[in-house]
Amino acid sequence: MTTVAPSGTGAPGRARLDVRTLRTDRWWLQPLLTVLALVAFIVYSTVRAFENANYYAEPYISPFYAPCITTQCEGSTFPELFSGPAFISPALYILIVPLGFRLTCYYYRKAYYRSFWMSPPACAVAEPHGSYTGETRFPLIFQNLHRYFFYAGLVFNVFLTYEALMSFRNEDGEWFHMGLGTVILLTNATLLWLYSLSCHSCRHVVGGRLKHFSKHPVRYKAWTAVSRLNTSHMKYAWISLVFVAFTDFYVRLLATGAFDDPRFF
Amino acid sequence: MSYEANLRVWRGDAAGGGLQDFTVTVNEGEVVLDILHRLQATQTPDLAVRWNCKAGKCGSCSAEINGRPRLLCLTRMGTFTEDEVITVTPLRAFPVMRDLVTDVSFNYEKAAQIPAFSPRPREADGSHRMQQIDVERPQEFRKCIECFLCQDVCHVVRDHEDNKKSFAGPRFLMRIAELDMHPLDQLDRKDVAQEEHGLGMCNITKCCSEVCPEGIKITDNALIPMKERVVDRKYVPSTWLGRTIGRRKG
Ligand code: SF4
Ligand code: SF4
Ligand code: FES
Ligand code: FES
Repeated sequence: MTTVAPSGTGAPGRARLDVRTLRTDRWWLQPLLTVLALVAFIVYSTVRAFENANYYAEPYISPFYAPCITTQCEGSTFPELFSGPAFISPALYILIVPLGFRLTCYYYRKAYYRSFWMSPPACAVAEPHGSYTGETRFPLIFQNLHRYFFYAGLVFNVFLTYEALMSFRNEDGEWFHMGLGTVILLTNATLLWLYSLSCHSCRHVVGGRLKHFSKHPVRYKAWTAVSRLNTSHMKYAWISLVFVAFTDFYVRLLATGAFDDPRFF
Repeated sequence: MSYEANLRVWRGDAAGGGLQDFTVTVNEGEVVLDILHRLQATQTPDLAVRWNCKAGKCGSCSAEINGRPRLLCLTRMGTFTEDEVITVTPLRAFPVMRDLVTDVSFNYEKAAQIPAFSPRPREADGSHRMQQIDVERPQEFRKCIECFLCQDVCHVVRDHEDNKKSFAGPRFLMRIAELDMHPLDQLDRKDVAQEEHGLGMCNITKCCSEVCPEGIKITDNALIPMKERVVDRKYVPSTWLGRTIGRRKG
């Protein structure tokens, strides 16, 4: 920790100082918390995605399994598109969309470059790598495909909103009923919309790419609205992440019978 | 109320140097630059420190305080406890000249390499007209005081001297974004940003935004939008096609 790279702050001509950083604050705390939170989420979601059970409790489906597109699915919330082998969890077919969306998200990129890759661990704290090419080469050049995951994510948001609306039913499939789970599914869908609509690629496609806002008043309005959401993108990234896991956990509690969904009407 | 502060200041030049300890009197309301001036006046008359306006507007007094790139004239002593040791070093991404003064010519070389503002021809009455909503975005970047704290903190060059030739740094990538968004400018700057000035090296970890004394949202409002513009140009098949057949103007 006390060495400096001869190619970095130790490069010839720069002020000699044999410490990696002179920062006296707890600069390591934020990357540490980020690692802990992300690892917790990855472990939980991996276990749940492979569990292949306890993801459906009439009328609720876990967001990890929605949209559920195979004939293996419990419940029938979505058209079954094909039948896969029973040992493959239906969550795995759809995982790529939310995973790819978050993995290429500008905010999460910052979070994991800093905390996992330590590039840099914190500002003005030397990174431990000898060379650096950023996002110019394979595989990181594929971060540039973020907007396609954004589009796919929007489609998923529509599905999850649909699932949330489907939860205005009771256990016999009759409409105009509601339980605590309905509120949770609706909140989850709303948070995912906020996360998606505050996305930097969204900001770009609605209007950011224009040179003359004055020629496109409607897109200027949209850009202004997305820009406002965008300043809270990090917040939505975390809240929606935690809430997705919580929603799944709630459905699991219902599916295993550990908890009974309070029905409002 | 005044008190005696413990100061550690880097002294030396390109040949070598190190931290030296001093005790200096601090009065209420003073900033780090005041303390360095008192140190100069009372103990080390030959201490080199660059400054000019003492108002956070000239961008001369950039240095690192307790390891963080900051303006000496905008850092209040009140932000530290009285018994804290306050370490002041020169910027660590650029060659040191003497004591707290560094050679920042890297930045002027990069500035000179950015293709200049190229406005469309004037209108018949000789004026350049633009709408306020069209210039608002680039105007944020005009607040820059060229203190180069962002250039100093950016790990792309701070931690990798060899990247200096291919990376312009946040301040000048922001300049490219400013011109690319400018309603009058005619040049297309996406390829230049990516191929010659290293926009792809930036991994959007936002240290530039964290240290900017003008509070410019460099990453969110300049670098990421510019990356998205580069995607339009270089990584999207449909826009590439659209451009080839001559449609899609902004
Ligand atoms: S966001 Fe990009 S330009 Fe700014 S400090 Fe980080 S890597 Fe450098
Ligand atoms: S962008 Fe901010 S930090 Fe960078 S040179 Fe300008 S004022 Fe300084
Ligand atoms: S989802 Fe985070 S930037 Fe697009
Ligand atoms: S002396 Fe001018 S910015 Fe500090």
